[in-house]
Amino acid sequence: MTVRTAELLMALMMGLFSIYLMYKSAELPIGWIEEEGPGGGLWPFWLSTIMLISCGGILFNWVRKKGAIATSTKVYIESHVLGDVLAVAIALIITVALFSFIGIYGALPLFLIFYLRFMGKHSWKLTGTLAILIPVVIFYFFEITLKIILPKGITEPLFLPLYKIFF
Amino acid sequence: MLETIQLLAQGFVVVFEPQNLLLIIAGCTLGLFIGAMPGLGSVNGVAILLPLTFLVPPTGAIIFLAAIYYGAMYGGAISSIMLGIPGASTAVATTFDGRPLAKQGMADKALIGAAVASFVGGSISVVLFTFFAPPLAHVALVFGAPEEFALMMLAFATFVGLGGDDIFKTLFSICIGLVLSAVGFDIISGEPRLVLWDITGFLHGINFLVLAIGVYGIGEMLWTVEEHALGGGKSMLSDATVTVKRTIAALRELVKTWKATVMGSFLGYFVGILPAAGATPGSLMAYGIAKQMSSEPDKFGDGAIEGVCAPEAANNAASTGSMLPMLTLGIPGSPTTAILLGGMVIWGLEPGPRLFVDHSEFVWGLIASLYAANLFTLLINIAFIPVFIKVLKTPFTILAPIIFTLCLIGGYAPTQDMHDVWLMIVFGIVGYLMRKLDYPLAPAVLAIVLGPLAEPAMRQSLIISEGSFMIFFNRAYAGPIMVAALLLLFLPLFKMLYDRMRATKPAAE
Repeated sequence: MTVRTAELLMALMMGLFSIYLMYKSAELPIGWIEEEGPGGGLWPFWLSTIMLISCGGILFNWVRKKGAIATSTKVYIESHVLGDVLAVAIALIITVALFSFIGIYGALPLFLIFYLRFMGKHSWKLTGTLAILIPVVIFYFFEITLKIILPKGITEPLFLPLYKIFF
Repeated sequence: MLETIQLLAQGFVVVFEPQNLLLIIAGCTLGLFIGAMPGLGSVNGVAILLPLTFLVPPTGAIIFLAAIYYGAMYGGAISSIMLGIPGASTAVATTFDGRPLAKQGMADKALIGAAVASFVGGSISVVLFTFFAPPLAHVALVFGAPEEFALMMLAFATFVGLGGDDIFKTLFSICIGLVLSAVGFDIISGEPRLVLWDITGFLHGINFLVLAIGVYGIGEMLWTVEEHALGGGKSMLSDATVTVKRTIAALRELVKTWKATVMGSFLGYFVGILPAAGATPGSLMAYGIAKQMSSEPDKFGDGAIEGVCAPEAANNAASTGSMLPMLTLGIPGSPTTAILLGGMVIWGLEPGPRLFVDHSEFVWGLIASLYAANLFTLLINIAFIPVFIKVLKTPFTILAPIIFTLCLIGGYAPTQDMHDVWLMIVFGIVGYLMRKLDYPLAPAVLAIVLGPLAEPAMRQSLIISEGSFMIFFNRAYAGPIMVAALLLLFLPLFKMLYDRMRATKPAAE
C-alpha cells in the first residue's frame, strides 16, 4: 500500500468517525435551550462537524494531488519493517488481553520473554533476570507503595499471603 | 520586585526540603537518561512517568516532572552529538554541528558546549520567568470565562497559523482532542454524553493520560521500532575522550560563543511561550540566527561550536518559557506542559492566575525548583558524561519492553480500569498510523487537556451574554485576544491568497 492510498483510507475512516461523533453528540440538544443556555451536545457536535470538514479538505487535497503525502508513491509501511511493528503491536494486544485472565504478573513475564528473547535475541540469563525482576519491582512500587491494585485474574489467590504480609 | 524575591526565597525553602531536593536530583538524572535515548524526549518521559508521581504530594510531583522536563532538554543533545540521531525533535538543530564535531574527535567539546549553553539558556529564562510571571498572573486575575475561552482559542490558533503542518490535519487534531475530552458526562446538565458504541467504560470519560501515554508512549515506541528496523538495528556511536585538561580547554573556548548563547536564550524563551512553537522551532531559529551573526558562517555545518550552543540554549530556555502561560494563564505552552497541567488538575490544583494567590507555595516552589534543577542538571551532566555515553550503548530491545511495560501500567493506574488500557493501545496504534501521514498529534494532546476547561468557559460566556458570540469580542481583554486568534487562524489563507496574487500578477502584465 502506498502512502497516497493510506492517506485516502485514513481520511475516509476519520470522516466516518466524525459523522458517528456528530450523530452521537446529537443525542443531546445541539442548539440553544430557552432559559438555560447552550445544549449539552452543542460543543461536541460542532467540533465533530469541523472534523468532518477537515477530512473533506484532506480528501480535496488528495483528489487534486496537493502536498507531499497526497502525492507520495512510497510504501506506507515497508514490508521488512511491517513484521517487527506487527509483532510488537500483536504482542501488546495479547498481553493486555491476558491481564484479565492470568493477571499482570502472568502476562508481563511472557511479554518480556517474548521481547527480550525473540525480538532482541538476548541470552536466556538476561531474559530470565529481567522477566522476574521487573514484575517484582512493579509489585513493590505500585501495589505496596502506591496501593494501586493491579489486575490479577485467576492468580489472585496466590497473592493473598503477600497481602497479609504487607497490609 | 522585592516581594517577588521574598516569594522566591520562600520557594527555595520548599525546594530545600530533603524530599524535594531528592526528587529534583532524581528527576534531572532520569530526564537526562530519557533525553539521551534516541526517540524519547521530555514529553514521552513526563507522560509515561506521571502516574508514578501519585506517590508524593503535588508540589513534589510537579517539581519531579519539571526536573525531568529540564533534564531531557539537556539530555537530547547527548544522542544528537554521539549518534547523530536527535534524542528528541527539540535537539534536531544540535545535530547540524554537534555531529561533525564528534566525527572530528571533539565530541567532548560539543557535549560540554551543549551543557554549558543549556545552563545559560536555563538561567536566563528562569530569571525572565521569575519577573514576568507575577505581573502576568496579576493581569490575568481579572479574566473571566470569555477571556479564558479567547486565550484557549489563541493557543489552538497558533497551531494552525504557526504550526507549519497541514492545516486540515491540524484542525482535525485539535477538534478530535476536544471531542474526546467531551466524552462521559455533560457537566452542566449531568446527562451521559458521547458514550461511544454504548460501552460503559466511556461513562467515566477519557483521561488525558490515556491519550498522552497512548500517543507519546505506545505510538512513539512503535515509531522507534520501525526506525530501528529500518536502520538495521545498528547505530554509529562516536568515541569521546573526557579528561579534566580537555574539559578545561573546552570551557575556555566557550567564551567566544557567549553572543550566540545569549541570543539563543532570549529567542528560545519568547518562542517557547507560544503553544505551537516551543523548543523545536526555537532551537532551529536560534541556529539560523547564530549562523547569520557569526563572523565565519561558512564553518556552520562543519563543526562550529556556536552551532551547538545557540540551539541548546534555546531549547532549554523554551522549556521554561512554555511554563509561563501554563502557570499564569492555565494555557500550556508545549505538549509537555499540557501534560503537567493535566497532572495539576488531577492533584486538585486549578491552573490559572488564582494559583499564584491560592497556592503560592506550590507556584514558587516550582519556580525555585527550576533554578535548582538547572544547576543540578549541569553538574550531573558534566560529571557523568561517560555514563550517559554508555547508556547509549544499551540495546533498544532491552529498553523497549521496559518502556512498554511502564506504559501499560501507567495507562491502568490513574483509573484502574482495563477499558482505559485497551483505549490506550488503540490510541497508540492509530496515533502511529496517523503520524506516518503527518497528522500533528501535539494539538490533540493539548486539546484533550484544555477541553474540559474550554467548554464550560464557552458555555458560561454564552449564558452571560444570552447566546451572543459578541461577548468574545466586546470586552477589553477578550476582544483583542480573540481577534488575534482569528487572524492566526486565517493566516494560512491570507498567505495562500497573497501567493496566488503574486503568481498571477506577472501573467497579467
